[in-house]
Amino acid sequence: MNTTREFLPLSNGTSVPWADVPEWPADEFVVATAAELDHGGRLCAWFGVPENSATRLVAVIAFDAENTLAVGRSAPVTKSYPSLTLRHPQAHLFEREVWEQHGLMPEGHPWLKPVRRQNGGHPAVGEFFRVEGGEIHEVAVGPVHAGIIEPGHFRFQCNGEEVLHLEIALGYQHRGAEEALTGGPQRAAMSQMETVAGDTTIGHATAYATILESLAGTEAPLRAQWLRAIALELERLANHTGDLGALANDVAFLPTSAACGKIRGDFLNLTALLCGNRFGRGLIRPGGCKHDLETERAAQLLDKLRVALAEVNQAAEWLWDSNSVRARFEFTGTVSAGQAAEIGLVGVGARASGLVRDVRFDHPAGWHRFAPIPVAVWPGGDVFARARVRWLEIQRSAKFIEEQLAAPPDGETMEQSFNSSWQGGASVSASWGEGEILSNGGSRGRPPHQLAVALVEGWRGEVCHVALTDSAGKFRRYKIVDASFHNWSGLELAMRGQAISDFPICNKSFNLSYCGFDL
Amino acid sequence: MTIALDIFLRLAVWLLLAPLLPGIINKVKAWVAGRRGPPVLQLYFDLAKLWRKGVVLSTAVSPMHILGPAMAWVAIIAAALLLPVGPAGASLSFRGDALLFVYLLAFARFCIALAALDTGSAFEGMGVAREVSYAVLAEAAIITALLTLCVQSGSVSLATMLAPSAGAGAALLAAGLFGVLLAENCRVPFDDPNTHLELTMIHEVMVLDHSGPPLAAILHGASLKLLIFAVLLTEAVLPLGKLSLLQAIGALVALVFVVAIVIGLVESLLARLAFRRVPLLLTTAFLFCLFALLVAWKGGMP
Repeated sequence: MNTTREFLPLSNGTSVPWADVPEWPADEFVVATAAELDHGGRLCAWFGVPENSATRLVAVIAFDAENTLAVGRSAPVTKSYPSLTLRHPQAHLFEREVWEQHGLMPEGHPWLKPVRRQNGGHPAVGEFFRVEGGEIHEVAVGPVHAGIIEPGHFRFQCNGEEVLHLEIALGYQHRGAEEALTGGPQRAAMSQMETVAGDTTIGHATAYATILESLAGTEAPLRAQWLRAIALELERLANHTGDLGALANDVAFLPTSAACGKIRGDFLNLTALLCGNRFGRGLIRPGGCKHDLETERAAQLLDKLRVALAEVNQAAEWLWDSNSVRARFEFTGTVSAGQAAEIGLVGVGARASGLVRDVRFDHPAGWHRFAPIPVAVWPGGDVFARARVRWLEIQRSAKFIEEQLAAPPDGETMEQSFNSSWQGGASVSASWGEGEILSNGGSRGRPPHQLAVALVEGWRGEVCHVALTDSAGKFRRYKIVDASFHNWSGLELAMRGQAISDFPICNKSFNLSYCGFDL
Repeated sequence: MTIALDIFLRLAVWLLLAPLLPGIINKVKAWVAGRRGPPVLQLYFDLAKLWRKGVVLSTAVSPMHILGPAMAWVAIIAAALLLPVGPAGASLSFRGDALLFVYLLAFARFCIALAALDTGSAFEGMGVAREVSYAVLAEAAIITALLTLCVQSGSVSLATMLAPSAGAGAALLAAGLFGVLLAENCRVPFDDPNTHLELTMIHEVMVLDHSGPPLAAILHGASLKLLIFAVLLTEAVLPLGKLSLLQAIGALVALVFVVAIVIGLVESLLARLAFRRVPLLLTTAFLFCLFALLVAWKGGMP
């Protein structure tokens, strides 16, 4: 089965002509994809592109060690194809998704059921994996939870307090984010991308903007890339701090929990200082950034950042110094490095299992090409490791922002050709609304039949956007893969053999997005 | 007539003061966390609100769902009346009332557990399983503690047992009883009274389906139980029976206040235990009481 590399290589944040993407008949395509994954690849996206009444499969694979991506596609398929999951379990959710969206049956898939919808009904309706036995009981949690969080259904198979199996049913917040972009981009697309997962606004907005820029054959000005990189780390700081506090809260450790809630707000306010919105909405636009950071505000940001960092260090110290907390975190919810690689974990979940996986480092695009960030890895794979990786990243992110603020690049924050199209008022926005090929006088149009890929390391992990244009340069297919899509399976694995009372801290240690998954 | 008046007065004091304790604990926690926190009287407001509310009943439940909290509440009140207050003694006192005291508390737990199982919910079943398994260990500790006091005073009546101090083993007994207090009243590190996570709850998950006045009875009963344990701890350690009435009441109030503050501090500074470690801590509490018993038994010998 050892084959030479046949997928088309490309870099993060670039595009290739659709015609250049190598094509195989479906069964050979599955073999070729498996071969690429055997060679150290990792599945970033696997989706269908409708063509007439059939569907083509597309695979985007990341070779982290070689800092390159690769794409391949299948010939149109109508009914079924041999399942890739049997050889590479990381494909299991992708194949279920393709089955749900396009009706393509992955033959031999061990657990084929819908990902988001149950035949148009309630996601939790349907069959769950069951453990039989007199001592076994089933616990159903959700979709309505006791806190103000998003909806999702969790089905536990328990033997007393021990969880034998957990199955998660999501899809309650399916809004059709991908479908809405088909035929686009529409005028609302940018705002919709900012809310694919509201806590990853910068991550998804950067990926979407990068897609449009690479399709236009350009990139954002350096200063805009610099601003995006800073905003991305501010988002990471706020969320990681909030997560440390939430973890402390779930084991009833008051000091850190009380402090982190407040400090998270301080970090959010830094993003607000940057662009006027605590979640960074309205900052990133195709072609650059809508706001600039003048020297004065940069100095203000730096001062406030240092204060907040000192506070979060203190709060984290209480957490690490408390024996009772460590007793709860250590050896709880362990995912081994082998398991993590097999199911394709990304982001904090992967790094806490000892995998060196970070888009900023492995597939640098934008400002990260000039300002690399070291990868924060902690072995162990337990709740403690995931908390620890967050703390390490808080340190690195703060350091990164300090360094970047000291050496800002000069120049515009908006690529001129895009600038006019986004700020030029109704006439131009109408041209976007109608999805014309050329957004601005012909120089920066979207080419027809082009495939663009953008990866961004959001605070949770890899955010992957893939766009394919049609003959008119409109979106023919737009695929979004949030880190949560990869990592929910990690939570399911982490719970095996755990006490059911430890579920909340395991869940918080991953802190995955429901809406980012549901799209 | 005077007896009736006496019982009525004590009853009023117990019932009215009990909801104050959780308020003090929450205030301490808020203070440590740098928050303003809810008012000390919050539980009174909550109880008044619940009392005015209607009851939402599942179609699956039997009358036991309502009857359980009511019987538990009465049992806890009866247990409170058995406790003496310094030199004033108890309203009801007879030989062997210490045993009745333990069984009344156990009966209250039984009623709440039955009312919870009545809903047929997986959560509540889980909570009941946890509550009763930990209760086995906690009860062993409290019976040993009472046995210590019996040996010490040579009596099986609470009024006589709690009059003198526990003597040489007082510190051991206090440590053991404090552990039992935390476990029996679902405080950190055994349980987290503030959590919203149904999968980690013990006591709270058993009352998830209760609403309105029955929930008020459960909440009030829980605060009363906390007060009972705080008073029991105080009286076991201090020789309140030997003081004048005013001194005894002053010392009692002061020490119960201290106990509340210590509970607040423990909750502020400690994470809760994983469930598999709870038996270890309860066994430790039991051992403390057991050593206090040994001290009382052998230490008193000439």
